[in-house]
Amino acid sequence: MGVGIEVEALNAWFGATQALHDIAMRIAPNHATAIIGPSGCGKSTFVRCLNRMHETLPETRVTGKVCIGDMEVYGNGTPAVQVRRQVGMVFQKPNPFPAMSIYDNVAAGLKLNGFRNKGKLDEIVERSLRMAALWDEVKDALKKKSGASLSGGQQQRLCIARALAVEPNVLLMDEPASALDPISTGKIEDLIFQLKENYTIVIVTHNMQQAARVAEFTGFFLLGRLIEFDKTEKIFTNPSDKRTEDYITGRFG
Amino acid sequence: MGIPRLTPRRLRPREANPVKTPTVRRAQGAATPAAVRVGGRLADEVFRYAMIACGLSVAVVLGLIFYELVANSTLSLHQFGWKFFTSQIWDPANNVFGALPFIYGTVVSSIVALVIAVPLGLGVAVFITEMCPKGLRGILSFSTELLAAIPSVIYGLWAIFVLVPVLRLYIEPGLMRYLGWTGLFEGPPYGIGMLAAGMVLAIMVVPIISSLTREVLNAVPRNQREAALALGATRWEMIRVGVLRNARAGILGAVILGLGRALGETMAVTMVIGNRPEIAKSLLAPGYTMASVIANEFTEATGNLYLSALVEIGLALFLVTIVVNALARLLVWSVTRGLPARVHAQ
Amino acid sequence: MRNNIAPRREAGISWSRRLKDHLATFLAIAALLLVLLPLAAIFIYLVQRGVGSINWTFLTQTPKPVGVPGGGMANAILGTGVTLGIASAIGVPLGIGAGVFLSEYGRNRFGDAIRFTADVLNGVPSIVIGIVAYSLVVLKQKHFSALAGGVALGIMMIPTITRATEEMLLLVPRSVREAALGLGISRWRTTVSITLRTAAAGIITGIMLAFARVAGETAPLLFTAFGSQFWSANINQPIAALPLQIFVYAISPYDEWHRQAWAGALVLIVLIVGTIAVVRLIARRGLMKGTA
Repeated sequence: MGVGIEVEALNAWFGATQALHDIAMRIAPNHATAIIGPSGCGKSTFVRCLNRMHETLPETRVTGKVCIGDMEVYGNGTPAVQVRRQVGMVFQKPNPFPAMSIYDNVAAGLKLNGFRNKGKLDEIVERSLRMAALWDEVKDALKKKSGASLSGGQQQRLCIARALAVEPNVLLMDEPASALDPISTGKIEDLIFQLKENYTIVIVTHNMQQAARVAEFTGFFLLGRLIEFDKTEKIFTNPSDKRTEDYITGRFG
Repeated sequence: MGIPRLTPRRLRPREANPVKTPTVRRAQGAATPAAVRVGGRLADEVFRYAMIACGLSVAVVLGLIFYELVANSTLSLHQFGWKFFTSQIWDPANNVFGALPFIYGTVVSSIVALVIAVPLGLGVAVFITEMCPKGLRGILSFSTELLAAIPSVIYGLWAIFVLVPVLRLYIEPGLMRYLGWTGLFEGPPYGIGMLAAGMVLAIMVVPIISSLTREVLNAVPRNQREAALALGATRWEMIRVGVLRNARAGILGAVILGLGRALGETMAVTMVIGNRPEIAKSLLAPGYTMASVIANEFTEATGNLYLSALVEIGLALFLVTIVVNALARLLVWSVTRGLPARVHAQ
Repeated sequence: MRNNIAPRREAGISWSRRLKDHLATFLAIAALLLVLLPLAAIFIYLVQRGVGSINWTFLTQTPKPVGVPGGGMANAILGTGVTLGIASAIGVPLGIGAGVFLSEYGRNRFGDAIRFTADVLNGVPSIVIGIVAYSLVVLKQKHFSALAGGVALGIMMIPTITRATEEMLLLVPRSVREAALGLGISRWRTTVSITLRTAAAGIITGIMLAFARVAGETAPLLFTAFGSQFWSANINQPIAALPLQIFVYAISPYDEWHRQAWAGALVLIVLIVGTIAVVRLIARRGLMKGTA
């Protein structure tokens, strides 16, 4: 049912600077995997390589192999656009489309990819908003309120709904709650807990407690390398690598 | 290990917020019509080239302007060569053309305009940026925007019926009596003439100088002002040392841009300059500018040489204003580092 | 270390420095007043001499021959509309396209060169553009036409619209584009349906400002549209235009025509200032909801 992600020998550059060195990991389907590490360690870059968002920046380069299910992300015949339609992404700062209503925001991914069936669209929008736990709060003003008029936490859930509407297999979340207050953060974490039954989730977080709360697996990055990748419980109670232990116990980071 | 490990809290059972996840139908590719999958990349390339073409069209238009001007002035270029720009004789009846009176008129009217407009424009700019109470700023900047929006022909209309009579009845006689010794204010006070043209030009050029100078002054970082004040400077000293000195290049650019505008201005000048192709020392005498002669005589040009001579004047005007404007823009950019910003807003 | 600094006068600013400071302020205010004076004078005279002549006749009738009272500038108002329409057909697509290019594909030296070229084009005197339109259109067609006038005005609109479009597009945050790309929307679709749509209000105000600027231009129409005394919307014929008519009437020796020139000028200035005021109002309401 779910799709896993296989990463082999992934390297990434910003211009001449190498940001990722030989990353290899297997991300389990229908589970949440957390990516932790200090600032600048390459967490965001890694995740953005999974859906080919890294290459949208100027002067970037990626080598290596990434497979999402049976799709080769960097395969010769695979357009980036196709990859991104299978993989949803939620960004650190909520970014709903400002000039669009809530309804249009959620439907944007579908409409702009050629989806025309109006009746089906209503259904999908409602379903996505329910999945994102936002439906009850906005159902009366779907087409009247703009995406940008919601609170920070609501905006982020709107972005999640928008990502879910195109029915991806994988959901990438780049520090989704770091710009939010604790209550909204809690709601987002509840959401992740529900969503991982049906989606493969990769969540970047600088908050170790958050990783411990929501993810079954955790990968620790440092200076562009994957230091350790294991069950969350093991990483946080009995890490194999000293560097992991130092980060976990707060010696740096 | 003596250092306590971070123990994850047991995950709380999630009965607090039961979110009903609807059954997710895994319709692979439902949202990805096959046709769109392939066409996307091609469409991206086509769009990119279309946009590049639009960008290039700007350069093409400029090139086209140059080409057409040269193509239509070849007759006159061959006939007169460089003498065209040094000869004073403009005699359509005998097919003899020399552009010096118009060059003279353009230059002098522009200088008169700048002499009036630069102090005024700088003064207004300094006032609005440095001295003005915050509440007034909006109204004043709107007023200067209004001045810039008034069409040239309306300036000319007002100048003919309001400014010129005032000049003729009061100002010019006064200038003749008190400043006649300079030799610049001689001859019958027609009202129309070089002085009238220069004054109208000045009013039209002030908004440009002032708004660009404001942009330049605002680009001077706050810490420069603060440094001067911290040394105990009065407000004027702070402006002089902390702001104007830093913005010198940009202000010069603003002035040159004003000059560029003055050189090319047509309608208002045509309506009050008197349209006489003669070089005279007095500012009260009628004159003629490059733009005015084209405006007045183009539709009446009989014969290809006549038309070609007028187009050649247009070509000269084009080249001069390009150089002047390019120089001005570079100067302004050097202070403001070239707006808009080089990266997208974050 | 000098310890015996005895201030010669009480610590403070010398009177000459204070005088210069006050003088500077005085001169700056004087400059301001001298600049605002003609502005006020122009508007006062426009209203005073023009408002009496604006009536239904003026707005709906075409000019009468000299000596015959009455008549109006209806054809000139129409003509301005027609030439502006043709101008937009040229200026708006090219201007927006160039603006999109500069913002999305032009963050490099080539883009810098085009940006500079647009600025240079902006400074070309309008009479020179008139010559070029004459050469491109009138010479080929062998007669004056609204089309030629429209071409001249259209060329003049391009740099203004380009700059406005680029600035508005740059204000759209990168995160909005990323959100669209992350959804698997192709690059061109993102630019058109997301980025342009977000910047739309600002771009429209830029276009309106370009209109306002070009609507008052006379010089490029002198030998392209040429002017006319008749009611016509034919793009292949000479056509009247408001600023042209004002010019012709103003330099004529007839009082009746002078009166109408003032009226026409008032109509023109109301149209232009009205447009600018509307633009400013939209700007204050917040062009782009939520991109802050």
